[in-house]
Formats: sequence, C-alpha cells, structure tokens
Amino acid sequence: MNPLKKFEPLKFISDNIVTVIFLALTIIAIPFSRLSGIYILSNLIDRFARSAFLVFALILPIMAGMGINFAMVLGATAGQIGLIFAIDYNVMGIQGLLLATCIGVPLSIFLGWFCGQVLNRARGREMVTGFILGYFMDGVYQFFGLYVMGWLIPIRTREVMQVTGSGVRNTLALGPVRGGLDNILNLQVGPFHLPLLTFGVIAFLCLFIIWFRKTKLGHDMRAIGQDQGVSHSAGIAVDRTRIMAIVISTILACIGQIIYLQNMGNMGTYTSQRQAGYFAAAAILVGGATVSKATIMNVFVGVFLVHSLYITMPIAGKEIFKSAMVGQYMSDFINYAIIALALVLHAWRNKRNADLARAGLRGHADKDSALAAQAGAVQ
Amino acid sequence: MANESSLLSLEGISKDFYGNVVLEDVTFTVGRGEIIGLVGENGAGKTTLMRILFGMPVIAETGGFKGRIMLDGKQVAFTSPFDALDAGIGMVHQEFSLIPGFTATENITLNRESMKRNVACDIFGERMSVLDRARMRTRAAKAISRLGVKLDPDILVSEMPVGHKQFTEIAREIDRSNVKLLVLDEPTAVLTETEAEVLIQSMRMLAAQGISIIFISHRLHEIINVADKIVVLRDGKAVKSVPVKGVSVHDIATWMVGREVKGSSSMLSACSEKVFLKVDNLWVDMPGETVRNVSFDVCEGEIFGIGGLAGQGKLGIPNGLMGLFPAGGNASLDDSPVPLNDPHKVLNNHMAFVSEDRRGVGLLLDETLEWNVAFTAMQAKGEHLIPVLGGLFKLRNERTMKLLAEEYIKTLEIKCTGPKQRAKELSGGNQQKICLAKAFALKPKLLFVSEPTRGIDVGAKAIVLETLRRYNKEYGMTIVMVSSELEELRSICHRIAIVDEGRIAGILPPTAEIAEFGLLMSGEKTGKNGDAA
Repeated sequence: MNPLKKFEPLKFISDNIVTVIFLALTIIAIPFSRLSGIYILSNLIDRFARSAFLVFALILPIMAGMGINFAMVLGATAGQIGLIFAIDYNVMGIQGLLLATCIGVPLSIFLGWFCGQVLNRARGREMVTGFILGYFMDGVYQFFGLYVMGWLIPIRTREVMQVTGSGVRNTLALGPVRGGLDNILNLQVGPFHLPLLTFGVIAFLCLFIIWFRKTKLGHDMRAIGQDQGVSHSAGIAVDRTRIMAIVISTILACIGQIIYLQNMGNMGTYTSQRQAGYFAAAAILVGGATVSKATIMNVFVGVFLVHSLYITMPIAGKEIFKSAMVGQYMSDFINYAIIALALVLHAWRNKRNADLARAGLRGHADKDSALAAQAGAVQ
Repeated sequence: MANESSLLSLEGISKDFYGNVVLEDVTFTVGRGEIIGLVGENGAGKTTLMRILFGMPVIAETGGFKGRIMLDGKQVAFTSPFDALDAGIGMVHQEFSLIPGFTATENITLNRESMKRNVACDIFGERMSVLDRARMRTRAAKAISRLGVKLDPDILVSEMPVGHKQFTEIAREIDRSNVKLLVLDEPTAVLTETEAEVLIQSMRMLAAQGISIIFISHRLHEIINVADKIVVLRDGKAVKSVPVKGVSVHDIATWMVGREVKGSSSMLSACSEKVFLKVDNLWVDMPGETVRNVSFDVCEGEIFGIGGLAGQGKLGIPNGLMGLFPAGGNASLDDSPVPLNDPHKVLNNHMAFVSEDRRGVGLLLDETLEWNVAFTAMQAKGEHLIPVLGGLFKLRNERTMKLLAEEYIKTLEIKCTGPKQRAKELSGGNQQKICLAKAFALKPKLLFVSEPTRGIDVGAKAIVLETLRRYNKEYGMTIVMVSSELEELRSICHRIAIVDEGRIAGILPPTAEIAEFGLLMSGEKTGKNGDAA
C-alpha cells in the first residue's frame, strides 16, 4: 500500500469489523458488570498466561494458506493424554508437565502428520475437513480414555479411575501438576501476580515465530499460502511443506493445552480439547486475523479482547438479567457467532474483491461507474 | 544437421496422442543469441512442441515422441521441467506465475533464495536457514538491469502494472546462473503497445548478451520486428522456416492459416435484414476467456460465426449471454431485453445453448438419453410433466420423454441402443448430437453453439454441421456459432466476427481472403466493425 495514502476511518472499521464489534461489546459490558479495573486487569494477566500459547498454534497454517486449523484439537488431545499419564504416575510439578510434554509431542507429530496427509487430499476444504477430523479424534480419544485405559493400560491411581472401575474420569483434578509452570518464577507487583516463567515461554514462542518467518521454510509457507500452483512450478515441495505447517501447529497446540490445563488445575477429560479449539479460533479472529492472514499482534489483541468479555459478560448478565447463566450463555453464544461472522465476512470480502477486479475489465471510465454502482449497492 | 554455432536443434520431432498426429517431422535450429519467432494457429502444435522440449511428464505418459533434441551438440532427453531448467532453458508462461503478495525480489529468487546457515540447519536441515535478503535484492537488481528496464525490486507484484509483472517473470528466468535459452510464450499478449515495445528492446538486449530466445506470439509485426528467423507451424508441420528478412506480415498470416476451404456459402439460406439479436458493450468475467467490450448484431435467420484464438474471449460471449458467468452490458432479442446473469429466464426467452463443455455442462453423463434430451425443456419450460392434485406437485411424463428422445435419435441419426442408454456410453460425436437435441427440444429461436465439433471425428463433424445448417434453413433458426476452426466457420456462416483481446476485431464475410482473417486474429488490423453482411 502507498504510505502516503490517507487514513480512512470507515475503511479501517470495515476491515476490522470483528474486532470493533467485540471491543464495543466489551466496553458496554464493563460498566454493567461493576467490576473494578484492577480486578479485570489481574484476571486478564492470569488468563493471558493461561491461553496465549494455544492461540499461537493457529498462525502457521493460516500463513500456509490452510485456513484456521480446527484440527489443532488433535494436538490438544495429545497434550491431555500426556497429562493423564503424568497424573496417573503421580509425577509432580514441572517434572509432571515435562513428562506430559514428552508423551504428547511425539503423539502430536504423528497426529499432525496424519492430519496433514488428510488435508492434502482435501485441498481447498481444509477448514471443514479439519473440523470433522476433530470429531473423529474425539471418538478415538474416548475409546482410549474409556476402554484402553484400565483394560490394556492399568490405571494406578484411584483418583484417575472412574467410579465404575474402568476408564478415566470425566473430570480430572490436576492437583500434582497444578501451577507447575506458573509457580516456578513469580513476581508480585502491587495487586498483580506475574508468572514470569510462563511469560518467558510465550515470549520465546513469539521470537521463534518471528525467526521462523525469516527462514527458508517459513518463506516457502508464505509462498504456498498465496499460490500453490506457482510454488509447485518453482520446485517447492508443496505437500511436504503443508504437512510441516500442520505438524508444527499440532505440537504447539499440545504444549499450549498442557500450559492451559496446569493453570486451570482441572480438566474436563472428554471436553477440554474441543473448547481449546473453539477458543483459539475465536480469539485469533477477534484479534483481527482472517482466514488468510494472521500476525502475532492479532493473537495478543484477540486473547485480551475475548477474555475481557469472558470476565465481564457473566457478571454483567447477572446484574442485568439477574442470572449469571444468561451471561455465561451470552459469552458462549458470542464465541460461536464471532467464528461464523468472520467466515462470512471473509467470503464477502473475496466476492467484493472479485467484483472490483471485474470492474477493471473495460478500462478506467467503466471502472469509475462500476465503483459508483458498487458503492450504491453497499449503501 | 546442427552446425557448430547452433545452441539447440530439434530434429524430426513427431508426436501423436493415441493416433491423433499433432506434430510431424518438425526440424529447426536455434543459434546462440538468435531470436526465433514461432507462430501458428491454435492447435498447430506450438504448445506440444514446447512440452516436448521441457520434458513435461504428460509427453512420456502419452507414449513419448519421435526425433531428437540436441542442446550444445549433445542429445538431451529431459524427464521433468526441472531438468530443462537445470540445463539452462527458461520458460515464461502466458499466464503470470508470480506470487501476488511477494515483492519483485522475492519472486525473482523464488525457491533459489540466498541463505545463511545456522545451528538449526544441522538438526532440521537446510530449510531452517535464514534468508539473506540483502543478497537476494542485489541478485534481483542485477537480473533486472540485464533486461535494461526500470523496476523497483521492493514493489509488491499485486501493485505492479501488467508490464512489470512480465519483466519480473523474465528476470526470474535470467537470474539462473546458466540460462542459455528462453522460451517466451505470448509475452506481449497482455501488454499495452508501449510496454510491448520496451519488452522487445529487452529481448534484443538479452540476445546481444548471447541468450537465445524462442518467441511465441500471435502479434506478427512484433515477430517481424524482433526475430532473426521465423518458424511457422501449421497442423503439426513446420511449413516455413525462413530468415525474417523480406517477409511481410501478410505472408506470415497466409502461411499460418493457408489451406483450402471445402464447401461454399452458396448452400446457405438467405437471411433477412431485420436485426434479431443486438449486443451492446457486453463484458463477461469468464476465467481465461474474458470478454471486455463486445457489440454486434445478428440478423433473423442468420448463422453468425465467432472465431479467434483461444483465450481471447470468444467462448465468453455465449457463456455470458446465457448467464453462466457474471456479465454486464446490454443485449436484446427481437427488441425485448435479454436478462443477463439468469440462465432460467434466458432459456425461457427462446434462447438455447450448446456448451463447449460437453461433459461438464452439456450432459448428465450418468442418466439416460431421454432424460438428457428432455431435461432442459422440463426444467425451463415445465414440459414433460404431469400435474397431480391440481398442480400441487408434478410427475415426470415418461411417455412423452421417450417419444421426444426417439424422435431426435431418428432425425439426428444418433447411434445408440435406445432412449434408455446412458449418455456416458456414447461416442463423442453422438454425445454432441444429444446436446444439440437437448437444445432443439426447447424450440429456440436463437441457438448458441460453442465448439460443436471439438473432439469428434470427421464423419460426425459433417453431420453436426449439416444438422445446424438444416435447422437454420428449414425452421429459420438463428444460430450463433463459436468455433476455433476457421475453416468450419467459413463453410457454414453468413458472417464471421473475429474476437481479439476481449473485443471484436472485425466482421468479415466467409468469402474474405484467408490472410484477412489471420491479420484480424493477430490483432494486426482492426476491420470495419459494421454490419457487412
């Protein structure tokens, strides 16, 4: 874009409409919730440390033109399997988390490779395929959790086992590893509690992504994201690179889910992985990313905005409707609505760009009148 | 054959696709720093020849080729385009193969980026190296300067004018250290005249640096302007291979198209002077066949031909008018406006279309012939349906569908086992007749036929053309026929419009000289865009 181009507020808003809507909702919800700024901020810091890593998992597949990797659920599942073992063997603290990572990462590599193979065969429909793969994984995971655990693999710890005597419990208390990362290096600044090591991990990941974009592999991913045909004819191994993007994303989702759960302290054994997927997708879209473009900034903005709404909406709902359930319902509803809105807007923008390109078919005079007609249609 | 100074020589290249001969004993040489102008109509074999040169897998998959290719005095047989690139042959395609969100530098060095190794390379391989952007930029700037043009290496491709995209592509090819031969496939087709002029200058510069160029273009004056030697392909044979000196555009046009035309227009019915279809400023956004600004009139009872080279927009005209691709402008049939972008209304408006995409748009391949023939009439006009319960819902009328199919099987001499046979089991020619039957079943006043004889054998071709002629004569059906085969258009049409770059270059009577058509197709001459019936 031309740097001298004037800043157009209307265009800026229309380009970032998802973010703007979310910001507006949050600003409206804050006074109704009657929460103090300090409360909201300290909660935000805690939740940022908890979930930012997960959202970063989505950047690379978007860069490689594969859209939002809904199949990151596979990675989250791998992380949860790792945690189940860590709890079952009663490995405490950071060692427990490292054990979970050591089990989860190889599993993620395999699952990511499998997922990449499938997505390469479903070119152009990666997002919906990834979504369904997540459901497929649910089935495999439930089979593992409910039957394989306790039957082929004995469960050692009673707290992990279901009351019926086989399978892993629906809700698993992660007591031994709770805060395993957060509590290692802490700083208390006034009312704020800063988990420095977790921040360090996130900062390291940011640096990794910045560096990765400069590597040959990252450069190839950007090229493939824009045009697979051209990249292929230039000799770039398109399929292999796409698989790598998904594998890295799956590994990051696995680690992200472990960080998330050690902060939460308990895990919905058969539901947490799916929530992680929805949350990450909503957050990156709210942060202003599109299905074809995402930056580190989008992750930061998105995580802060989504959590601001999560914090304030249930309380605001309680104050307005005298029911916390309504507020909870609203934030869930908005979560899904935002994903749908972002996808629709993306399709709409593609159509608008096609129309604009079409306006140029006959040269300038017609272009102007076509643009005018376009403007009329928008109004 | 090849003398000492020649870089590339093609010797007796022949190629057939399952018996269908596309190249026959093509022989020519390319000297060092020489520019060869390669011309020929669509289907003359240019593309196949280049595919053979580049070792495209499709050639080996279809049985290889005869003859040999010598590069630098050694016989070469490439098995993939990457081999050809390694040997120093670069190709610039007609469509831009550039990454739109990358800068000129990033595109020029695509997949050959300069890199700096680091620790991660030892563990995860070369692809973890960081790009050396400064070196990449220097390389890009050097490649651009060899072209002798001004181009900012940091500008994004999506923000470049068309001409700069073309230069970026060429720069990408000459950035290879060992490039000896460049193949430029229609590089000027999308350029304005001044841009084309600059490109021609660049080609001269490259040739002066010792790089040989095979320049494929249908703009004949450019060929004459820049080439040292001209090779004319026609129907798979190299009919001429001569130095450019003393050759005129008119000569080349005649060599390109020149063949005798069988059949004459005298068999045609007389058509009235009354304007039946009027098209004004039509544009159609059909990928690869963009129509930019087309106006023409078709008289009642006329067979109106539309010809031109592939990709110039002739196919876009019927597809746009029939509502299959987004279109704009004005069209009227018998003084009532034609609704654009609405196939259902158009079909109800006495218009029908036989698509060039027979298997995709034209037929329901897995259904029976009677279904295929009656389908459009059923959908668009509600024929062959029996209302049940006062029209609450409707059932198919199997009896009338069968009668309809049998009628057309008889009149069009369709070879099949009966109306219950599936469309996909028929031969190409008979499938095309089913498509015609389907359109005739609508009883249209205006029929569009697009490439009616593509991919069918000679006998079937004659029957299809004869059928069109008969319906025109006996029922007074107005026909607009789009075809790549000029010969065919000249044998059947009252008037022929030639489309070039999304516009009508001119309208000629079928008796006009062959070279006239050739010149219009090459964009050399813009004819009278009038009603020269």
